[in-house]
Amino acid sequence: MFEYAPAPESRAIVDIKPSYGLFVNGEFVDGTGTSFKTVNPATEEVLAEVAEASEADVDEAVKAARRAYTRVWSRMSGAERAKYLYRIARIIQERGRELAVLESIDNGKPIKESRDVDVPIVAAHFFYYAGWADKLKYSGYGETPLGVAGQVIPWNFPLLMLAWKIAPALACGNTVVLKPAETTPLTALLFAEICQQADLPPGVVNIVTGAGDTGRAIVSHPDVDKVAFTGSTEVGKAIARAVAGSDKKVTLELGGKAANIVFDDAPLDQAVEGIVNGIFFNQGHVCCAGSRLLVQESVADEVMDRLKRRMATLRVGDPLDKNTDVGAINSAEQLAKIRELSAIGESEGAERWSAPCDLPANGYWFAPTVFTGVSQAHRIAREEIFGPVLSVLTFRTPSEAVEKANNTPFGLSAGVWTDKGSRILSMANRLRAGVVWANTFNKFDPTSPFGGYKESGYGREGGRHGLEAYLRTDAKGADA
Amino acid sequence: MSRIDVRKTYKLYIGGQFPRSESGRSYVVNDAKGRLLANAAQASRKDGRDAVVAARAAFGGWSGRTAYNRAQVVYRIAEVLEGRRDQFEAELRAAEGITPARARAQVDAAIDRLVWYAGWADKITQVVGNANPVAGPYFNLSTPEPSGVIAVVAPRGSLLGLVSVVAPLVVTGNTVVVIASQDNPLTAITLGEVMATSDLPGGVVNVLTGLQAEIAPWLASHMDVNGIDLTGVDDADLAAELEVAAADNLKRVRRPAPDTDWLAEPALDRMTHFLETKTVWHPIGV
Repeated sequence: MFEYAPAPESRAIVDIKPSYGLFVNGEFVDGTGTSFKTVNPATEEVLAEVAEASEADVDEAVKAARRAYTRVWSRMSGAERAKYLYRIARIIQERGRELAVLESIDNGKPIKESRDVDVPIVAAHFFYYAGWADKLKYSGYGETPLGVAGQVIPWNFPLLMLAWKIAPALACGNTVVLKPAETTPLTALLFAEICQQADLPPGVVNIVTGAGDTGRAIVSHPDVDKVAFTGSTEVGKAIARAVAGSDKKVTLELGGKAANIVFDDAPLDQAVEGIVNGIFFNQGHVCCAGSRLLVQESVADEVMDRLKRRMATLRVGDPLDKNTDVGAINSAEQLAKIRELSAIGESEGAERWSAPCDLPANGYWFAPTVFTGVSQAHRIAREEIFGPVLSVLTFRTPSEAVEKANNTPFGLSAGVWTDKGSRILSMANRLRAGVVWANTFNKFDPTSPFGGYKESGYGREGGRHGLEAYLRTDAKGADA
Repeated sequence: MSRIDVRKTYKLYIGGQFPRSESGRSYVVNDAKGRLLANAAQASRKDGRDAVVAARAAFGGWSGRTAYNRAQVVYRIAEVLEGRRDQFEAELRAAEGITPARARAQVDAAIDRLVWYAGWADKITQVVGNANPVAGPYFNLSTPEPSGVIAVVAPRGSLLGLVSVVAPLVVTGNTVVVIASQDNPLTAITLGEVMATSDLPGGVVNVLTGLQAEIAPWLASHMDVNGIDLTGVDDADLAAELEVAAADNLKRVRRPAPDTDWLAEPALDRMTHFLETKTVWHPIGV
């Protein structure tokens, strides 16, 4: 095997300030709450102090968003809104390297991914929805915005989730109050600077940092017309309860436990790449991760041999190293959860194998791990681990694969690997999941709707379908 | 001496059968002037669970039928309803005390609504689905699929509101457990007779009669129900409670619509609210 010399990306391009305030009404303000620290999960180095928005701060942000909505943004033509969004897309491209490095530092994901996946799709997302702003009458959802959108996003794709939330909201004529996750606030705050550079009118985008209490204040604020959340199913249910009886429109993009189904006629080398990408991309911190491998019994041994061989070549370590495949676990808390569920997997009788790799002494790390001999009743087959841990089950017939794949309260994504076209389409029809990747996995695009069935949430983000979440489609809407 | 008429027993409609409530309970249904019309079955929690089981069992087959076939079945319901329109007009007049002309208008509209929705079965996919031009060598297609088992609280009135909330769900492939209007439940069971003789498979539509505030919470908290339509819930507090209960398994919730004009032409939203979007990717290559 090859040895790789270190190839670190320079972090000189980013300028991390010692402390950050909130971005309200176009300006950075101190806020009235306390503050918290954000750390580099690869080193445990404290990166910055960040303001924790209080209920009063959230109220100020919602007021700013409401003013901007009433006085400026809802009165502006779609064509003019589009130009602001195009500006933002261009600045993201111009400052792409800086965003990628900062994302990897604050999140722990490999620079290869932040540079080649996250940031390019972020720019593309703004570019895509910019074009919708003056074409909404052709969308099928009318062109009446909702008002102020309260948006709460997770730490696994901080900037990408921000783009998925803000771009369609603004294109449809809404203004936003967005809370990034408490462990990954920095790229959202850099995005606030980008809004300033783009001369986006004050109050159209407001960024309030904080944890659960800040999120609750946004969701339950009476002057918020729309709630969009990406995160855990548990919090998603709490949000659904919190908005009950109100007029708030809600979209929830929650957890998953996707089956990645490999048939015996699949091109196995490609399938193994797909399995690896499905569960080890972004350290497995992916709601649509292919965390359950369903492999046809006749090829199970061969697939496992090839998979372990491939896993042994994964380079785990410094997120800023351009050779790194698997970066740091995002937080100590998440690492503890992954360790706990993995220990439960062993104690329930599954067989554990981890790729041999040297993990750095500091920071939060977990070696790519696979469990075999997993049954459907095992907790590692039922619960979202949200880490680089794969559970392997086997099947004999397509119907058994469908039954096992659908035997979960989730329904976000699924994968199918086979050379037989009619089987792909049959499986795609029968899998109860919002995204089905056939002979590929973990592909994302601004034009492609994303979102789940069942307890993976409701609503779609991306594509024409993503507009529905930000337009009034009920009896009060223009098209009803 | 005049002939003694044969009165009808109104039962529930579950899984294609017409059982009494397993609880043995019934409640008095009066006409508009307060005179006894009939004793209706008062559905229990067990009846609600049986209805959900029947709806779940029917879902795979019904959602797996071709759209053309579902269209024909829903159109067939309209045909059979047309053939029995005199009975429905008489029931509406008795139950609601309305004029013959109004009863006729309601039945006309209900039949026409079924015909309208029948035609959507093989068109809704074309209108709300689309191909997505992703930036890479991939085929990418988004299509709508039914959410699953949907509980419905039907609006007030005997027929038109009921048809207007059930037809859009059935035509798109969902299966339904509907709580009939508490004050006007009898026609809902007669409509069950129409559906039972219209090639609609048993379990696709299940009708419960009884007390809304009693039955609805059981369905809202049932973990094998995928969505709940609260159209007919007039009590805002009850609606909020039901929405809270529905969050336990993230049911798709349609909030109450107290002022709906059922004679107006519908939009697509009663169909799309309980449709999921599935997006399928496949690489393009040689």
